[in-house]
Amino acid sequence: MTTGLGATLVRAGRRLLSSLPALFGVLVFTFLLMRVLPGDPAVFFASGPNAGKEEIEQIRKQMGLDKSVPEQLVFYLSDIGHGNLGRSMMTGQPVLKDLRERLPASLELTFTALLIALIAAVPLGVVAALRPGSVVDHGVRLFCALGVCVPTFVSGLLLIYVFYYLLGLAPDPTGRIDVFTSLPPQRTGFLSIDFLLAGDVEGWWAACKQLILPAVSMALFVIAPLARITRASMLVSLGSDFVRTARSVGLSCRKVVVTYALRNAILPVITIAGIVFSTMLGANVLVEKVFSWPGVASYALDALLSSDYAPVQGFVLLMASLFVLVNLVVDICYGIADPRVSIE
Amino acid sequence: MSEQLLGINDLHVAFSTRRGMVEAVRGVTLSVGKGEMLGLVGESGSGKSVTGFATTRLLDAAGRVTGGKILFRGQDVTKLRGDDLRHLQGAAMSMIFQNPRAALNPIRAIGLQIADAILTHKKISKDAARAEALDLLRAVQIRDPEARMNAYPHELSGGMCQRVMIAIAISCNPALLIADEPTTGLDVTTQKVVMDLLADIAAARGMATILITHDLGLAARYCRRIAVMERGRIVEEASPKTLFTAPQHAYTRRLVAASPTATSRIEDLVTEQERERYATVVSKPRQDPAHGTPPLLEVRKLAKRFDQGSAAVADFSMTMAGGESVGLVGESGSGKSTTSRMICRLIDPSEGDIVFDGQSIGHVASRDFHRSPLRKDIQMVFQDPNESLNPRFTAFDCIAHPLMRLDGMRAGDALRKRVEECAERVGLPLDLLPRFPHQLSGGQKARVGIARAIACRPRLLVLDEPTAALDVSVQAVVLQLLDRLRRENDIALLFVSHDLNVVRMLCDRTIVLRNGGIVEQGESRALFDNPKTDYTRKLVEAIPHIETGPALAAAL
Repeated sequence: MTTGLGATLVRAGRRLLSSLPALFGVLVFTFLLMRVLPGDPAVFFASGPNAGKEEIEQIRKQMGLDKSVPEQLVFYLSDIGHGNLGRSMMTGQPVLKDLRERLPASLELTFTALLIALIAAVPLGVVAALRPGSVVDHGVRLFCALGVCVPTFVSGLLLIYVFYYLLGLAPDPTGRIDVFTSLPPQRTGFLSIDFLLAGDVEGWWAACKQLILPAVSMALFVIAPLARITRASMLVSLGSDFVRTARSVGLSCRKVVVTYALRNAILPVITIAGIVFSTMLGANVLVEKVFSWPGVASYALDALLSSDYAPVQGFVLLMASLFVLVNLVVDICYGIADPRVSIE
Repeated sequence: MSEQLLGINDLHVAFSTRRGMVEAVRGVTLSVGKGEMLGLVGESGSGKSVTGFATTRLLDAAGRVTGGKILFRGQDVTKLRGDDLRHLQGAAMSMIFQNPRAALNPIRAIGLQIADAILTHKKISKDAARAEALDLLRAVQIRDPEARMNAYPHELSGGMCQRVMIAIAISCNPALLIADEPTTGLDVTTQKVVMDLLADIAAARGMATILITHDLGLAARYCRRIAVMERGRIVEEASPKTLFTAPQHAYTRRLVAASPTATSRIEDLVTEQERERYATVVSKPRQDPAHGTPPLLEVRKLAKRFDQGSAAVADFSMTMAGGESVGLVGESGSGKSTTSRMICRLIDPSEGDIVFDGQSIGHVASRDFHRSPLRKDIQMVFQDPNESLNPRFTAFDCIAHPLMRLDGMRAGDALRKRVEECAERVGLPLDLLPRFPHQLSGGQKARVGIARAIACRPRLLVLDEPTAALDVSVQAVVLQLLDRLRRENDIALLFVSHDLNVVRMLCDRTIVLRNGGIVEQGESRALFDNPKTDYTRKLVEAIPHIETGPALAAAL
């Protein structure tokens, strides 16, 4: 077992190294992309529409935009090398600080959504696979189709309409927490965890209530791929020889389905869950907008609209790094779950 | 006969398919006494496995018992439900399956899998179950059982996996064990060890056993009574001796004839009436090549190392004359497939040279060899007729493809004529040409594979276990076809196989490989009759022989 884990770690390390060139490519590509997009940040950030040519020129110089693109790139790369992602013109703060403040909000939302999606999708997939072609199977398929068909901002608005406006169960869909609630000391950045660490159950409950609607509307969208892959790989697993062996010695139904079939079937689900997580993290801007969630995606969108280079570049770099990290975690999980992987 | 344990009475099993209900078993009546070992022999599709699965209640969802009774200790198995059924499975009867590696859970340690089976039927602690599992591993003679408890199936060889499977099957001392092709896919020596073990365990524990197999020789070696199945019915039931000396049913006669034995010749494999179709073939007497002509193929000190550094093949040299047939035998891992692939130029050798018809081809990179003019002279027939045909190509396309790629033919009448000619030469009916592989039987697919290989009129045909996936009766016909092609067209055959009886019949010379090196080589008949090395002797002795001729006469 230890050798298996060791091999997995070595493999993960190798994977990490091999992803560095890709990260660098992303860096350069985003930089160039921002430069060719129309819109002049200097004009945008000048004092007003009446700003004179000299003023704009001065801002341009201040931002270093008067230099050639390769020169700018070199400056940018050396800044990154020193851990400086630049300063946002919009908020006036260093990008690193902005991202650090907002990332936990996005991560908390995405983790919760993925957890909800998995909790719903895996049993749905299993139930559908146990009786393929039955009413249950078709019901799951319909539910999944609906989840995919309805865009997240529509389902988000629907959820707000029902649970906030009609039933009054949910709090205002405005951010992570009520403005009047006192925040716990920041430790993880995840409000629900920080509240618990501070022993503030009431605050924790308030944070959870804020979290649940956006998380559900995001989860609805990704239940479909997860449930479908669970169903497909459960079908393969249930039809396999080793499940027949398990049945032939009279193992209980639960043992056959959970220990033998599902543990094997869950392997591809781990991979898909990793991809889904990365996608959600970047693509949840709609949900963040609908629920006024102070996350990184909405921050990047605002920056993009106002031609604020540094935050966009910082955001893309962050996403790419997270993607690498998530894949790494998936790899390690896979290595632990499947003893066969380590021999390759 | 001893007291009856299992009685199958007029059993009918049907499967619902897209084309409606298909009857797989139509009226099987069988009985097995306590502690008896019964052989259930038949070719694929005969319903022998389905009978086994119906008995252990493991039929697919699509399969249903439509009639008859299966009485086990006087209880009708087909009517059991819920807990009664679970107490039966594993505790009273259990099963061993064909592909041992697939039959074990790939991500669960084998010790736990055995313990799972024990804990299902006995109310003991987990530690006690673990201890029992360890004892079982000892009982099935697994070396270093303590360490193996935590091993996963992929870390064990096929034979080891089958032993673990046996350990699971006998974990609760069932009264009946059904072994469904337990050694198919294993090497002959492993087959012997596993079967001996199975027979010993069954005898020691007084378990009745049904051995389901396609191999008459294997059944004859281990069973006192054999039932032969054909198309869902039992056509004959007798002792092995009677079956081989005086088979009653026409199908049994054909099956007995088609099973290769130590003395059979290619011509003997099919019955009189089938032989007539080949009678018209005039075999040209082979002339010895004039002195001094270079051999067709010369392999010098060939070696192949894979990444790990250990040599898969080392120092392999051989020569072949035109029209000669050479057999390459050995157990799995002996390097025979690697060697054949290097000679076909599908993989690159690490060292050594291959000279074909005076030209060195060993240094042409395998990915460029398809452009070499010699590509069409060296062709290959692969092991699995299902996997080696493109599922989106019709039989016609499969055969036409090499003609277009290697002979530069264009679609048209000439191509059509060539393809039809090839099909005729391998005995493939022309009306099958527009069909796709899934619409063909195993034997027909094998013919398409051979037709494709001979389409460009090669001078060397490399065959990698071409009949391993085929039924014996189909194998007989395919072997005859290959032998005829060799005689008619003077094609040299390099025949890679683990089936020594087949090699003995088909090949002039045989090379025995072990761990990537040549152990012994020589003229086939002499080599098998008088093996010089222990290893070859072990291989020859492991083949389940059908006793015929003098040996049987002496026994009578």
